[in-house]
Amino acid sequence: MEGGVAYEQGLNLKATELTLGLPGTGETEGQGGVRNNNKRPMPTSETNEEESQALKAADRGSRAQIVGWPPIRSYRKNSLQEKKDSEGEASGMYVKVSMDGAPYLRKIDLKVYRGYPELLKALEAMFKFAAGVYSEREGYKGSEYVPTYEDKDGDWMLVGDVPWDMFMSSCKRLRIMKGSEARGLGCGV
Amino acid sequence: MNYFPDEVLEHIFDFVGSHKDRNSVSQVCKLWYRIESYSRQKVFVGNCYAIGPERVAERFSGLKSITLKGKPHFADFNLVPPDWGGFVYPWIEAFARSRVGLEELRLKRMVVSDESLELLSRSFPNFKSLVLVSCEGFTTDGLAAVAAYCRQLKELDLQENDVEDHRGHWLSCFPESSTSLVSLNFACLKGDINLPALERLVARSPNLKSLRLSRAVPLDVLQRILIRAPQLLDLGVGSYLHDPDSENYNKLVTAIQKCKSVRSLSGFLDVAPHCLSAFHIICPNLTSLNLSYAPGIYDNELIKLLRHCHKLQRLWILDCIGDKGLEVVASTCKDLEELRVFPSDPYVGQAAVTEEGLVAISRGCQKLNSILYFCQQMTNAALITVAKNCPNFVRFRLCILDPTKPDAVTQQPLDEGFGAIVQACKDLKRLSLSGLLTDQVFLYIGMYAEQLEMLSIAFAGDSDKGMQYVLKGCKKLRKLEIRDSPFGNAALLMDVAKYETMRSLWMSSCEVTLGGCKALAKRMPGLNVEIINENDQMEFVGGCDDDRQKVEKMYLYRTLAGQRRDAPEFVWTL
Repeated sequence: MEGGVAYEQGLNLKATELTLGLPGTGETEGQGGVRNNNKRPMPTSETNEEESQALKAADRGSRAQIVGWPPIRSYRKNSLQEKKDSEGEASGMYVKVSMDGAPYLRKIDLKVYRGYPELLKALEAMFKFAAGVYSEREGYKGSEYVPTYEDKDGDWMLVGDVPWDMFMSSCKRLRIMKGSEARGLGCGV
Repeated sequence: MNYFPDEVLEHIFDFVGSHKDRNSVSQVCKLWYRIESYSRQKVFVGNCYAIGPERVAERFSGLKSITLKGKPHFADFNLVPPDWGGFVYPWIEAFARSRVGLEELRLKRMVVSDESLELLSRSFPNFKSLVLVSCEGFTTDGLAAVAAYCRQLKELDLQENDVEDHRGHWLSCFPESSTSLVSLNFACLKGDINLPALERLVARSPNLKSLRLSRAVPLDVLQRILIRAPQLLDLGVGSYLHDPDSENYNKLVTAIQKCKSVRSLSGFLDVAPHCLSAFHIICPNLTSLNLSYAPGIYDNELIKLLRHCHKLQRLWILDCIGDKGLEVVASTCKDLEELRVFPSDPYVGQAAVTEEGLVAISRGCQKLNSILYFCQQMTNAALITVAKNCPNFVRFRLCILDPTKPDAVTQQPLDEGFGAIVQACKDLKRLSLSGLLTDQVFLYIGMYAEQLEMLSIAFAGDSDKGMQYVLKGCKKLRKLEIRDSPFGNAALLMDVAKYETMRSLWMSSCEVTLGGCKALAKRMPGLNVEIINENDQMEFVGGCDDDRQKVEKMYLYRTLAGQRRDAPEFVWTL
């Protein structure tokens, strides 16, 4: 969510980070992610309020995946998961690629590439051109052709400006523009 | 009133609709009890183990419709092991034996076998309406029996059930003579559907008002169905994948334009982005919109759609709408009464909405009375503002994805925020809490939440005092469910008579011990105190060791039926 400001102390991003370890391993505080039978010490009336707060925070802070949380029906959870799985495995992420002057378009699967360098190399090989050197300030220098893409909002953007993941989720199609046309495209956003 | 003949009293009671009121009526005197009992047609049993089916059939000889609920609410979140119970078969069997003229059966969180569906379809010639919500245990073979043998079937409504799919022939089991369908909802089915049979069924059902399709129904079939059924009031779209330039799409647009009566829209179980504009034309008529199963719709598509929905009263949506999208809802949907925002990515633990979206909604939607909101974070200031803007909440359920997260700005517990909600919302009946919370919030709840009937607590509170405040203060409490909170025997045993005024209490991962539960069971024979002992965590030893054995899951409920006989091994009734 772009709206909120990140409160570094409060967000505890580490707790929700997906890792390969068991929940709770690698955490210095607390007792691990999956809730077990471990008994919290029962605060008596003499217990210092702050102490028990800290205890509870530590105990709870390191949860990664809690059974039955968030409280949504299994039916709903399963159906969202199924959708993610089927999108992930089945079709890949194919987008059309056109090049100015070329008689027909190609299609590539974005999921196959791990980042911009690989993608650019593949495009260069496919269409037999050289993209030049990318810099944030000047775009692609030293080339007649410039790789661009159409995003979700219908705008034409320069390939390489946004993080790869964001590019993957917003790219609808690619177009390798002739250098003269591309000269207005700076840093897309 | 003794001077009136029975028929007059009966006629007067006909005007008394709600279950609560009819229950009150029946307690006035023996005469009223008798007349009310034989004239009552609709019965509601909130806990299927609170009473036996024979007794229900005996008391309500005019019974036509029954609603039954089985498993505890937390079963929805996998906290109750399978095979716990909640079987509907004994009810159907008992009613069949007693020749109840059953016409309507509504079940929630129950285990429904194919045998029970078959018995149901053969035992009640006037059976008209089957509604199953969050149930399991049946397959499409059971549905085939219902389709084939319930000759007067008007309503078959399957909501969020776990159904084993044996492929789509059940639809063809509706006989050609069956023309009585008014409502058909099979959106939760996962398998293939006999599409021609579906089209023929729709074609011969002129009274069909509500139709919710599953993912297996593609766009071209949808289009043909809509042409046949322009009288629909409620539509659930199945699969919505198409090429925007195709002829099918154009035909669909034409078909949708004819559906001027649609007031409720849902589904889009498989959807390609950029294509909802076909529905913009019916949006101005919609009062209910459920897009919570459609993660494929991007936020700007969603917003474009919502801008047309001026009359919306009920909206269920995914959090990818974002705070900005909720602002659009706030400025467009002035009649909004119920809002549910679900997490689109529950596994990752990040939600796309924050307190800002909620505040925006509260400012724009003055009629809001029911909310379920999954969010990334919350603040006391936001909750206080919401309470001021919307004092009419009847249901308020907030779920912060990190369950013990404090106020995102001040790092304080959220006691004050929830306190403001309960103080302002005098009609609040249902409340779910989350975030960092101390005993203080329960003090507020006990003080102000006078109408509260259901309270859900997770990872909250500091001591027994928290639970005690609630038990003491909330006079109308019916259901209390608590997980992972430090409440123990002192709270549990403070006022044991209270539990007979309630439907049920659930406590899991709290501090209650076996000794405490046994003591409670001993003092209150009118309650079933059940311990769920998964994985043989506990031993049923007597004596003082009981007080050291913490109970992982306890579920207690008042009952007239005594200990249940269908409990599995891992459930002990004390």
